[in-house]
Amino acid sequence: MTAGYPTIDSLDDQLCLLESKGIDFVEVGIPFSDPLADGPTIQEASKIGIENGMNLTLLFEQLKRRKSKIPIILMGYFNPVLNFGIDAFLNACGEIDITSVILPDLSIEIYNRNYRARFEAKGIFPSFLVTTSTSQERIKKAVDICTNSFIYLVSSNSTTGGENNFSADQCDRLREITTLCGDTPVFIGFGIKNNDDVQKVHSISDGAIIGSSYLKAIENREERHYLDELLGVK
Amino acid sequence: MLLKTESYTKPDDLGFYGEFGGAFIPELLRPNVEELDQVFMKCLSDEQFQKEYIQILKDYVGRPTPLYHSEKLSEKYGGTIYLKREDLNHTGAHKINNAIGQILLAKKMGRTKIIAETGAGQHGVATATTCALMNMECIVFMGEIDIARQTPNVKRMQFLGATVIPATSGSKTLKDATNEAIRFWINNPDSYYLIGSVVGPHPYPEMVAYFQSVISQEMREQLQQKTGSQLPTKVIACVGGGSNAAGAFYHYYREPEVKLIAVEASGLGLDSGKSAATSILGSPGVLHGSMTLLMQDESGQVTEPYSISAGLDYPGIGPLHAYSINEGRTQSVSVTDQQALAAAKALTRSDGIIPALESAHALAALEKITIESNDVIVVNLSGRGDKDMEHYL
Repeated sequence: MTAGYPTIDSLDDQLCLLESKGIDFVEVGIPFSDPLADGPTIQEASKIGIENGMNLTLLFEQLKRRKSKIPIILMGYFNPVLNFGIDAFLNACGEIDITSVILPDLSIEIYNRNYRARFEAKGIFPSFLVTTSTSQERIKKAVDICTNSFIYLVSSNSTTGGENNFSADQCDRLREITTLCGDTPVFIGFGIKNNDDVQKVHSISDGAIIGSSYLKAIENREERHYLDELLGVK
Repeated sequence: MLLKTESYTKPDDLGFYGEFGGAFIPELLRPNVEELDQVFMKCLSDEQFQKEYIQILKDYVGRPTPLYHSEKLSEKYGGTIYLKREDLNHTGAHKINNAIGQILLAKKMGRTKIIAETGAGQHGVATATTCALMNMECIVFMGEIDIARQTPNVKRMQFLGATVIPATSGSKTLKDATNEAIRFWINNPDSYYLIGSVVGPHPYPEMVAYFQSVISQEMREQLQQKTGSQLPTKVIACVGGGSNAAGAFYHYYREPEVKLIAVEASGLGLDSGKSAATSILGSPGVLHGSMTLLMQDESGQVTEPYSISAGLDYPGIGPLHAYSINEGRTQSVSVTDQQALAAAKALTRSDGIIPALESAHALAALEKITIESNDVIVVNLSGRGDKDMEHYL
């Protein structure tokens, strides 16, 4: 979900709801003005989050005060993190027990050369994106970094919230990559919408990440109903 | 004649010029960018490719462009002042140099669907032109607001056969058109993204600078003939993203006696909140795949710049320029809307050349720098001003 969406202080209630429904962890998105890898739904949520006044300072304050105990992963484009200060960001994550972050526009190579030592010194581990087009060599590089977090396996080459049919070929390829990742957990995201998708993904990997569909449910104020359907609770 | 490269303009193995540059892209774009990098590297030493490129620049674009000695400007400001006439290129600006180079790369890669972003429409027109020439599909992303204020260029692109898609996200201008083009590229990896400036992830800044470097390569030869030396004392060029400046400076970076002056648009003034002087008002940040100087608010959200010139109101600046300005190799000067308008009118009346508003910023810098009588100055006249008549009259 996106911080500051739908309202500036809705985050904790959302976290509590997700926790009560048995969700394992929540990826909280830091809104950014130029979310390159995102489709229209997350773009809109980010825009509203920014208009509502969300920023990293406020987000860390909200997370510090949160009632929910659900584990959290922070997701954000690199610029707001850079602007906040890399060390300040890592320290703030440490203070609220966040150990995994997703920085989708930070590449493996730049991370290794310029940032890895600082992240690992603070016990913060990024989770890198791997797609069905990523080479075996790069998957290994990603696994090397993500051992203490997880691999974010992108289901298909598209921006978030796209269509996805999970064809046999695609599932085979996803399974192949999951195997390559060995003991490092693999969660699959992008284009996952419903219980069918979740079941398919669970048969391949360690879990499913759902973003755009859930934000749409929030927009339509039917997130409880959506979660029940998603989790197969009738 | 082959294009030459120089080590100053060569970024490191991850695409960094000092702390700026790199490829800050989602993994989804990695295969596209890696393939492009490999093909571009091969073309640098591919004589056949170079020959074809240079031939098209000569026969189709109309290069070399003249280096014109303006006696009137020389008399007015002192020194000897030349104008590098990029306005005389086919389509009326330097943008075509890069569009031709990249479309040849696309052809080599077997791509037939070309996408581009455009602000004022100059790069969109250049891309649509080269697509018509090469019989390729052309899709241009343009901010909804820019479409409304640059109708003639939208019509030119459409007449050339391009599809113009309005960018309706964010602030609906060049920055958002670029976002939309990148998203389309993620979703359509079979397309070729033809970026128009020295911005974007590595290898784009290096590649676009390389294809524009023909400007300073010609300047050296022409100055040699006219003055007996390949070196001027100053080169002046406007900078939005900075492609014409990168081309005009390229072969002078390693000549310390040549002063390089980048002119940014300060809009209504540096303190007005309505400005595009990125190197002065910006701070290090990541946008559109590279680390550069960036106009942003205190939370790291990218802010919308302002300039009367639609070609200069980009919130970033090419990483090469960010590096070179920080190193002190390039000096940045800023010029307001009013100063640019005055310079455009002055050149039009003194020399009968109507410059583009962007290029008028470079001309206005002549008022702001110290000029000695023995100075030899080249102003890069990046484009012609037909598109700007509404502002001029």
